[in-house]
Amino acid sequence: MNTSRMNRRVVTGGLALLTLFPLTAFAADPALDAHSYPGPAWSPYLVGAGIGVLSWLTFYFSDEPIGASSFYATVAGFIGKLFARRHTEELAYFKAEPPTVNWSFVFVLATIAGAAVAALTGGGVMDEWLPQMWRARFGDSIALRGAVAFGGGVLMAFGARLAGGCTSGHGISGTLQLNVASWISVLCFFIGGISVAMLLFHT
Amino acid sequence: MIDPGTAVKASRVAEGRMVAPVRKVVSGVIFGLAFGFLLQKGGVGTYHILIGQLLLQDWTVVKVMMTAVIVGMVGVFTLHHFAKVNLHLKPTRLGANIIGGLLFGAGFGLIGYCPGTAAAALGQGSWDALFGMAGLVAGSWLYAELSERLKKTVETWGELGKLTLPDVLHIPRGALVAVMVLVLIGVLIFIEKFTAR
Repeated sequence: MNTSRMNRRVVTGGLALLTLFPLTAFAADPALDAHSYPGPAWSPYLVGAGIGVLSWLTFYFSDEPIGASSFYATVAGFIGKLFARRHTEELAYFKAEPPTVNWSFVFVLATIAGAAVAALTGGGVMDEWLPQMWRARFGDSIALRGAVAFGGGVLMAFGARLAGGCTSGHGISGTLQLNVASWISVLCFFIGGISVAMLLFHT
Repeated sequence: MIDPGTAVKASRVAEGRMVAPVRKVVSGVIFGLAFGFLLQKGGVGTYHILIGQLLLQDWTVVKVMMTAVIVGMVGVFTLHHFAKVNLHLKPTRLGANIIGGLLFGAGFGLIGYCPGTAAAALGQGSWDALFGMAGLVAGSWLYAELSERLKKTVETWGELGKLTLPDVLHIPRGALVAVMVLVLIGVLIFIEKFTAR
């Protein structure tokens, strides 16, 4: 079997898998149903189109695709250099991607600020340590939420570096360039995410 | 269709500098502000909307992503056609893409935020995003520690280089973009018709 035929099978097989999922699953308990909580402030189509146009601008003006996960690797590199400079500089990943105040670093810092502006001007400030739907399922322990979110973060960043990007870098910037790696990765993001979320919220 | 391939627009790489050129930093700040603003308005920095997507209850995330891909694809390929932008393709490594993708997904289910939306969550005062972000830094460090070994093992499995769907499917890029736009719009109409949100 030649590789192009194999590639085609991988792509079509993956797309076929997606259609096996049921489209809407209402939870029996309304507190565990996302519809019981408020929806977005703006239409998702308006926001999506805005992000699409933003990607033209970042490609044109910055020569960079939108991406978020490398920010965390840069922060890890900064912290590493603070405590073990030589060891950090000798790691293969940091040799290839030395931690610097680069475009994606400031981009994600500004993302935090941009969301703050949107929340403050649009009445969207949450100011909470536990999301409501988490509390409805797992109770009031901040320690439990912290441990699960931290562990999830470790898995997520490790996976992002291995796969080569995240929901932004692969999920939007890569797929829009019709990059095969991105379509495979984003499919796996959702297969993994749906499986774990269903297990967590299964009652 | 004339494809400039490696577009004439030259990337300026700053070697050995601690801080990127001012122009680039300023553009990163402006575009990052816009990105965070849009993510918050789209509700995708909110736990129940993200976890609601993974539970297949709330389709906001898929709607935002697919619309961004449709709009982004048409513009970026048009700009590339006229050699105004470079493409930024990542290599296809089946083993790493699949295993990394599944690990990422598992983490996504646990946190309920992803790397970009965690930043938006923090910005709107969903403080639990801080735990996830600390984990993201730790996980990045773990990867860096193992990067030498991973490069020689997992990342060599099914290595196919820089590969795009037009290459694999042997369809001209312009035609495939048109098909993809129609298919994605079709999927969005389907979702809009058959789901509550």
